[in-house]
Amino acid sequence: MGETVIEKIIRNNVGKTVKPGDIVTVNVDRVMIHDIFIPFVAEKFEEMGFTKLWDPDKVVLIYDHLVPASQLDDTRHFHTGDAFAKKYGMKNVHRSDGICHQLMTEAGYVKPGNIVFGTDSHTTTYGCVGAFSSGIGYTEMASILGTGTMWIKVPETIKVVIEGELPENVMSKDIILRLIGDLGADGATYRALEFTGSTIKNMTVASRMTMANMAIEAGAKCALFTPDEKTAEYCEIELNDFQKSLVGDEDATYMKTITYRAEDFVPVMACPSQVDKIRNVSELEGTEIDQVFIGSCTNGRLEDLKAAAEVLKGKKVADYVKLIVTPASRKIYRQAIELGILDTLAEAGAMITHPGCGLCCGRAGGILTDGERVVATNNRNFLGRMGTSKVEIYLASPKTAAACAVAGKIVSPEK
Amino acid sequence: MEKFTGKVWVLGDDIDTDIIIPTEYLALKTIDDMKQYGFCPLRPELAGQIQPGDIIVAGKNFGCGSSREQAPEIIKALGIQCVIAKSFARIFFRNSINNGLLLIEQPNLHDDIKEGDEITVVMNEHVDYNGKQYPIASLPENLMSIIQAGGLVKAMRKLNGLD
Repeated sequence: MGETVIEKIIRNNVGKTVKPGDIVTVNVDRVMIHDIFIPFVAEKFEEMGFTKLWDPDKVVLIYDHLVPASQLDDTRHFHTGDAFAKKYGMKNVHRSDGICHQLMTEAGYVKPGNIVFGTDSHTTTYGCVGAFSSGIGYTEMASILGTGTMWIKVPETIKVVIEGELPENVMSKDIILRLIGDLGADGATYRALEFTGSTIKNMTVASRMTMANMAIEAGAKCALFTPDEKTAEYCEIELNDFQKSLVGDEDATYMKTITYRAEDFVPVMACPSQVDKIRNVSELEGTEIDQVFIGSCTNGRLEDLKAAAEVLKGKKVADYVKLIVTPASRKIYRQAIELGILDTLAEAGAMITHPGCGLCCGRAGGILTDGERVVATNNRNFLGRMGTSKVEIYLASPKTAAACAVAGKIVSPEK
Repeated sequence: MEKFTGKVWVLGDDIDTDIIIPTEYLALKTIDDMKQYGFCPLRPELAGQIQPGDIIVAGKNFGCGSSREQAPEIIKALGIQCVIAKSFARIFFRNSINNGLLLIEQPNLHDDIKEGDEITVVMNEHVDYNGKQYPIASLPENLMSIIQAGGLVKAMRKLNGLD
C-alpha cells in the first residue's frame, strides 16, 4: 500500500507505518518560539515543573513581531526571552535578523523530512523544503520543551497538481490565493496539502515558501513539497535516500486530487475581510487605494522585492499612496542592497523598513484608519489587522501590489 | 458536568482569532487585562455583556487564524461554559483542550438558534433546544484524559511529580 508524503515523514519518525486517523507520539526535530509568546511559554514551562530543556540546541527563539519595540511594554518580551535563553542554555536566539519563518529555513534550522512545531500558525511554511511543520499554542510548546515529544493525529492528504507554464504576470501567490478561494477558509482543516506537477517542479524554493506559508489560510495542518535539487541547494545539503523518497506514491490514498493548468491562472486578490474571498484583479480595477505593503513571511523575499522593483523601475509611486517595503530578513535586505533593488524601490518613492513582521500584524509603522484601503502581500486581511476594523485590506502578489502603487488604484500587472 | 444550561450568544462563520483578540492587545500583561477587548473588532460591546455560564453558538471554522492561545483563554476568562460550532479550526481546537475550554461540534443548532435563548447540553449525547434534540459526539479518549487532568499544565505537573 502506497504512502503520501506526510505518512512517510511520520513513519520515519515513529518507526512504524501509519494511516490517517492514527494518533501517534512523535519526536520533535526542532521548535520555534517568537517574541509575542515567549513570556507565556516561559511561565507555562516552569509551572509544569520542568527544570531543563529536552535539548537546548533544538530550540530557536526569534524576535520579529515586536522588533524594534513600538509600545512600551514590548521590551518586557525581550527581557523575558533573554533571561529564559540564558537560564536554560539556549544559543539559537535571533534578536533582529528577520521574520521567524524566513530564518528557520534560511539559517538552516529545518531540513527535508524534519518534524517541526512553532508558536505561530504560519509555521506551515517549512513544508517548502519537505518538512512537516505546524503551528501550536504556548502550552503545548512548553510541554515539548520539557519532553521533546508531541501527540498528533495523522492527517488525510489533499493532492494539488499543477502542470504547465504560468503567465508572466502571475506569481505563486496567485496560485495559493486561487486554491484557498476554491477550497474555502476551512476546506483543508485537519488535512495535509501535497503539491506536485511540472509547474511546482520548475518553481523556486522561495515561491514554494509563499504557498506553504498560506496553507493554514485554508485550515491545513501542513503543506508539503517534494525535496529536489533546488531544495538541496537552498538547504546546502545533499539529499539522503529518505529525503529523496518524499514523493507521494502512485497507489497512495488521497482524500481528493485537485488539478490546475498553469496557463489558466490570472492575477487575483483576497478581498476584505476573508482570505478565501478571491476575485480576479481585472474585476476590481479602478478601486482607489491609500497604501501598499510589500513584505512579510509570505512575500518579503529577494524574488518578491525584485519583481516589485522591475515594475517600479523608472516610475513613481502615485501621489497620496504610501508604499512600505519590508524585507523578510537581514540577509535578504543586504542582498537587495547589493543588487540595487532597494535603490530602485527608494527612487520610485518606497519607504524601506527594517526586516521583521512589520505592518503584517499591525504592530509596526503604517497602520491605517476608517475608510482607508491597502493592497498588501502578506497572508491575512482579517478585520482590524492593520489598524481599525473599517480598514479594507486586499491581499495580492508583489507584482500586482507594485503595479497598484504606481497607479494609485487597483490594476492588473502588465503581461 | 454531565448536564448544564446556559444563555446563548450567536456568532457567524469564520470567527477568526484576530476578532477574538486583536494582536494589539496581546502584549497586555494578563488575560484579565485582555478579556475586555474580546470580540471587539466585530462586537465591541459583547465582552461586557457576557455573563458567567453563557454559551457561544457559532457557524463553521470557529477560531481560524493565528496560534494565539489567548483566544480560548479569553473566552474561558469571560465565563463562557462552552462553544458549540459547526466546526473548529485545528490549532484553536488543540489550544482549547489544553486550557480546559470545552468545544462541541454540532452541524444544525446554529441554523435554528436565536440569541438570548437558553439551551441545555447533555455531555457526549445531545443539546436540548426548543423541544428538539441535537446529537453531539463524545470526545476521543486522549483528549478526555487531558481535560480530566485539568488541562495540559496539570498533566505535565503530574508527570513531574508535583501534584
